[in-house]
Amino acid sequence: MKGRILDRVVAAEREHRSVALATDLATGRQLLFEGEHAEGDLALDDAALDRVREAWRTGRNRTIETASGRVFVEVLTPPNRCFMIGAVHIAQPLARMLTMADYAVTVIDPRGAFATRARFPDVELTQEWPDEALERLQPDRGSALVALTHDPKIDDPALAAALRSDCFYIGALGSRRNHAGRCARLKQLGFSDNDLARIHGPIGLAIGAVSPAEVAISIAAEMTQVLRHGEAAEAA
Amino acid sequence: MSDTAEILEQAARWREAGSGVALATVVTTWGSSPRPVGAKLAVNDAGAMVGSVSGGCVEGAVVEQALEAIRDGKPRLLDFGVTNDQAWEVGLACGGKIQIFVERVE
Repeated sequence: MKGRILDRVVAAEREHRSVALATDLATGRQLLFEGEHAEGDLALDDAALDRVREAWRTGRNRTIETASGRVFVEVLTPPNRCFMIGAVHIAQPLARMLTMADYAVTVIDPRGAFATRARFPDVELTQEWPDEALERLQPDRGSALVALTHDPKIDDPALAAALRSDCFYIGALGSRRNHAGRCARLKQLGFSDNDLARIHGPIGLAIGAVSPAEVAISIAAEMTQVLRHGEAAEAA
Repeated sequence: MSDTAEILEQAARWREAGSGVALATVVTTWGSSPRPVGAKLAVNDAGAMVGSVSGGCVEGAVVEQALEAIRDGKPRLLDFGVTNDQAWEVGLACGGKIQIFVERVE
């Protein structure tokens, strides 16, 4: 691997872009591919390039047979992100667990006393309002959002922003009764029952969690389930 | 940061610091295998490593080949299969087979 290719892959991860790296398994020659841009010392014919493009688009690794031999195509995707609304007690173990599970975590809480470096040493922290922060951060299909404040002023705008995005997981802390009230408020903003069904509330798998760390486990487990099995499998 | 990103960043840092570096990547798996396609191990010329390509079953052999690759610059494609109950043989206890590509970072 050329150092330049390594540097470009590392930069793409940092800048939250997906790239595909095609490697000739006999010679080690490589082509780094992103959208319409390709660079490297591996020459591929149009048919092979199409398959690299397809791998890049779908995010799936594969080995392809080409005129010159076997080529391994690896898609390097940026880490999933989790936006945590509310720098509350539960957010502390949850931020640590999700960081261990390779998420890039951002904790969002406009209340200055909560979102402090001492409480959250290793994650992104912002004291912006959630709607401002999410406008800037642009959640996508690799994103999860959990609303943890119990405060409609803070949670509702965040949930509305999440519902307008492709977030793969949306969860909101609170009892069934609280959740019903939340859904009624979001409905007034124009969201349908189908939209609201995307919100996991009460949040987390029902494992009888009591302590903040246990609740964090139940949330992290539910997020993992939806990420790996999808919503449909979860319902089954 | 993703596992892969962390491994590649470490490889880039080692290279920056002037160390010889090799990357090992799982490119094919058959049957049950401990790590998926794309799993990576980075090795430097002092034998330090980050990441993994198996549950620890074949790392020793892979590191040896990675150090060879750092020396001679040639890429390698390694095959590992099931252990045959023969003591000291390198292989996978889980019954799977994996193919690992080893390359020097230039």
